[in-house]
Amino acid sequence: MSQTLTETGRGRTGDKVFSGLTLAAGCLILFVLFCVAAFLLWQALPTFGADPSAISGGNGFWAYIWPIVIGTLIAAAIALVLATPVGVGVALFISHYAPRRLAQGLGYVVDLLAAIPSVVYGAWGIAVLAPALVGPYTWLAENAGWIPIFEGPASQTGKTMLTAGIVLSVMILPIITSLSREIFLQAPKLHEEAALAMGATRWEMIKMAVFPFARPGVISAVMLGLGRALGETMAVAMVLSGGGLIASLIKSGNQTIAAEVALNFPEAYGLRLSELIAAGLVLFVITLAVNMIARWIISRHKEFSGAN
Amino acid sequence: MSKRIDVKDLNVYYGNFRAVEGVNINIDARSVTAFIGPSGCGKSTFLRTLNRMHEVLPGARVEGEVLLDGDNLYGSGVDPVTVRSQIGMVFQRPNPFPTMSIRDNVLAGVKLNNKRMSKSDADALVEKSLTGANLWNEVKDRLAKPGSGLSGGQQQRLCIARAIAVSPQVILMDEPCSALDPISTLAIEDLIEELKTQYTVVIVTHNMQQAARVSDKTAFFNIAGTGKPGKLIEYGDTPTIFSNPTEKATEDYVSGRFG
Repeated sequence: MSQTLTETGRGRTGDKVFSGLTLAAGCLILFVLFCVAAFLLWQALPTFGADPSAISGGNGFWAYIWPIVIGTLIAAAIALVLATPVGVGVALFISHYAPRRLAQGLGYVVDLLAAIPSVVYGAWGIAVLAPALVGPYTWLAENAGWIPIFEGPASQTGKTMLTAGIVLSVMILPIITSLSREIFLQAPKLHEEAALAMGATRWEMIKMAVFPFARPGVISAVMLGLGRALGETMAVAMVLSGGGLIASLIKSGNQTIAAEVALNFPEAYGLRLSELIAAGLVLFVITLAVNMIARWIISRHKEFSGAN
Repeated sequence: MSKRIDVKDLNVYYGNFRAVEGVNINIDARSVTAFIGPSGCGKSTFLRTLNRMHEVLPGARVEGEVLLDGDNLYGSGVDPVTVRSQIGMVFQRPNPFPTMSIRDNVLAGVKLNNKRMSKSDADALVEKSLTGANLWNEVKDRLAKPGSGLSGGQQQRLCIARAIAVSPQVILMDEPCSALDPISTLAIEDLIEELKTQYTVVIVTHNMQQAARVSDKTAFFNIAGTGKPGKLIEYGDTPTIFSNPTEKATEDYVSGRFG
């Protein structure tokens, strides 16, 4: 039985269905993103047109949003500064230093950290971390109080920006660690051996063959962590005793956008509701900007990425 | 520069599996020695024990002695990092660092051993090493470009330049031409001929004609069967090994009757 060339073979249907499904999935993401953006814009619109004195604080929307944008960035920055070196270090230990059996166990435990709900982190922050940090904060205020971020008097509950930042850093640690570990494990053996064969120590080999290869991946991991730190609501809302924008990280004060929205949303109506949604829009824009900057950083060294 | 290697009763293991058994071999300074043999006979494994690269694999270990001008590489207190900086290696697949420029690739090993180097010294070394690897004329105008943009043969010569930039005593080559086209292979073979005036060169090859062309001495490795350890069957002057070997197995292999 012969087949003419114009005849369509069987099995092409599956191909069509599958390509249709992937196309639909791709479009769905764009559609959802568009809907979220449209919803935020639409609902936030009354805020931008409103009389400045009608906005919370009485000085217009920007005066209202500015301090909590800074607060959000401070919390995320603290979390990143603490979690990035630790996360990359743990990932490197698992991928290149630890004996294989220990590495497996450790990797599993780190992944488990990601499974803890944020409300549990919040509870831990209030019940354990905050009281434990009162002593160190008092010490910091006395001995390093001349640095604006450690200005006293220290909070006696420990519910401060620094505590919130520390809780956030623990929350984003597993993201940074597990992604970095996967990238480190994929570093080409070929290049690792090239480095070792010319007399590199293990650390030099990692600097030569592993880090350059892993750089874009680690940046992505950090950015994903940053995304979570920026948007994290529950833990910050529970741990931070919020207030106006202040420089000191060890006094009560400061607020993040996510926590501000979460704390006020249940009782909000009318213009206040629109205001909070506008705050959400600002957070959305910040996250978008962070991701685009990350992509830009990654693409800057494309020629040397090893992909060619 | 360039030292001789003497190997005494070397056994090589992967965990409990003995991959190479009882090798004794004396490799002269400033000569080219080729290791030939069928796949899986342990010639690459043995080569990797000569600069302690074998032990970077988990569970891999070695018994016996490898003497570099009389100093045992496996003696107590010997740092494998120091060993590797004196015995360079070129791998089967060209492996320049993709994130580094051509210039930085050549200097990669030097920067490890000697952190501070004036720019003019570095430039001179880059030119000398690339010239030594017959690559200078092809890349002198694009030293700042990534090494991964070169052709396979050029990349392999870049790896050789990187190896000779640190002035090693010995250069080990693990099937350096098996991923290359005939013209690039010829370029590398010419290069090996030049390298032997300054360095001790040990090369593993699947290509018997190549061994016959480039080497002064040839060592034939073989295994009795799957799961058995590889052994050094015969070692001698290359013309003798190829035209008048003592062992039947060597004759069968070089005449193409098996392998």
